[in-house]
Amino acid sequence: MTTPLLAVRDLTVQFRTDAGWLTAVENVGFELGAQETLGIVGESGSGKSVTALSLLGLHAASTTRLPTGSIDYAGQNLLKLPERAMRRIRGGEIAMIFQDPMSSLNPVLTVADQISETVMLHQGLDRAAARKRAVGLLDMVRIADAAHRVDAYPHQLSGGMRQRVMIAIAIACRPKLLIADEPTTALDVTIQAQILDLLRELQAELGMSVILISHDLGVIAEFARRVMVMYAGRVVEAAPSRALFRQPMHPYTSGLLAAIPPLDHDVTRLSTIAGSIPDPARRIPGCRFSPRCAEVEAACRETAPDLVTVGAGHLARCPPRLHRMAAP
Amino acid sequence: MRMLRRLLLRLGQAIPVILVVAVLAFFLMHLLPGDPAAVIAGPEAGAEAVERIRRQLGLDRSIPEQLLVWLWHLAQGDFGTSIIHNQSVLQALADRMPVTASLTLVAFAMTIPIGIVLGVAAAKFRNTWVDSAVMLMALIGVSVPGFWIAILSVILFSVTLGWLPASGYVPLSEGVWPWLRALIQPAAMLALFQIGFLARMARSATLDVLDQDYIRTARAKGVSEWRTIAKHAFRNTLIPVVTTTGIILSLLMGGSVVIEQVFAMPGVGRLIVQAILTRDYPMVQGTLLALAFLFVAINLMVDIVYTWVDPRVRYD
Repeated sequence: MTTPLLAVRDLTVQFRTDAGWLTAVENVGFELGAQETLGIVGESGSGKSVTALSLLGLHAASTTRLPTGSIDYAGQNLLKLPERAMRRIRGGEIAMIFQDPMSSLNPVLTVADQISETVMLHQGLDRAAARKRAVGLLDMVRIADAAHRVDAYPHQLSGGMRQRVMIAIAIACRPKLLIADEPTTALDVTIQAQILDLLRELQAELGMSVILISHDLGVIAEFARRVMVMYAGRVVEAAPSRALFRQPMHPYTSGLLAAIPPLDHDVTRLSTIAGSIPDPARRIPGCRFSPRCAEVEAACRETAPDLVTVGAGHLARCPPRLHRMAAP
Repeated sequence: MRMLRRLLLRLGQAIPVILVVAVLAFFLMHLLPGDPAAVIAGPEAGAEAVERIRRQLGLDRSIPEQLLVWLWHLAQGDFGTSIIHNQSVLQALADRMPVTASLTLVAFAMTIPIGIVLGVAAAKFRNTWVDSAVMLMALIGVSVPGFWIAILSVILFSVTLGWLPASGYVPLSEGVWPWLRALIQPAAMLALFQIGFLARMARSATLDVLDQDYIRTARAKGVSEWRTIAKHAFRNTLIPVVTTTGIILSLLMGGSVVIEQVFAMPGVGRLIVQAILTRDYPMVQGTLLALAFLFVAINLMVDIVYTWVDPRVRYD
């Protein structure tokens, strides 16, 4: 790979809570090339959204310890960038869309206001030009009757349409990277597919890189070439989607895959992973997945496994599986 | 069109409220222990005087009959006649209202910007000394009795420093500056409690708004911190604040009763207090009803402003 667009190394984010400092993300690293797509998957609380928010420095300053590690984007470390320079990146170079389109748009401003703001800010367009751009962008995200809808308030639009407006805001300045944090979770299944199709088309049209965050491996599989699986703040496996689906090298990934209901035959019970994600305030010795793991061995509970290369572009954090692979 | 329909609907809803107050005001007279005519006439009055008052007030008729007469007079705009001043209640109110209205509006004009700015600043600088200072001031504002701080203020600004008049009212017709000079101290004292109240309210509203997803969206767009507050948060903060302004205006009118006493201002508040002390019950009834009308009108105005602030209400 040539110089990647984005390279995250050893990213660690801590939040202040009543119980002291809590590590939400620990030593996360990944690379993303131009026009590539990366999927980040994990349960809620796995640290995937925190990772995404760190890329744009969007954590509340009062409760976040300055993230450590580095986020290299276009030759600069975003973690060290002054606020003013960071603001030019946000919305201009790196844009983000969020999970809940119902609450992510400002209820008292029109669609036109909210889209125009970005282009006026980053591209210095005047109000009239920005408005025209807003109409064009609504067309681009396939909102019918854009010239009319541009004056609507968010509450006058359906959920799917609001997410399209969010996408229009995000792509307004032709960003190089789009971060989509659970963009379809709050939507109906049929709308989900439409939104994913739209994102795919826009990615090709604008030549953006995309980071898609989801708890749904099905959505990720459909969309991303590379997948990173997170659990309890750590990356447990990262691989090209194909390899990950063919041969998951971490029991947690296997669990997620088994939880996707098969389409070709009826199942009476959906497969689940026993237990729930650990409270981040609780320190788990050894592998953090060990309390829930079906393949757990004594060593797993003692030493924390490293992320090691297990195949071509395939990293995983589970020594027992690797040993079984090596000595069949 | 929608606006007009909404307005008419609200006006329609106000009618029962007014009617209930009118009936309650009527029964005020009959809640007096014993014979109202005798109570009004006072302990030294002779039987003849009592009888005269009874006839004058229509108390010699049956209660349903009296109620209908009372409502019939109201419908014609007759709020009754003072038995002390021999002046119609409406005339007395018209004479006194400019004082109370001036006092209330000046206090209101102080409360709204100061309260909002303090509240938003406290929220923006949450958990810093700014926040603590604002909250301390707000706490003092809402805890300290208005008449007491008003007296202290008079001692400082009028007696010791001699900057402001200690009492009285100057009509607006004698110039804006003399009018304002007479009002500034009583209005500030009246506003103190409400500023504290509004600052706390605006602070919590702003904190609530700053936690919303659309604020994060604004930041993700690259909007500056200051602009996020001024454009994205403030309009949303205004929604609960506007609801409060109606209450504030009403409370200011109520509070002016006390402040008018302290500063010897000839307003509606003093009118009511004097009417109660002199057992001028028609006057009490009339002013009570007039104030109810005013409160209903204020809430109607708040409703209209609300529609303008929150687009979600505009198209219901």
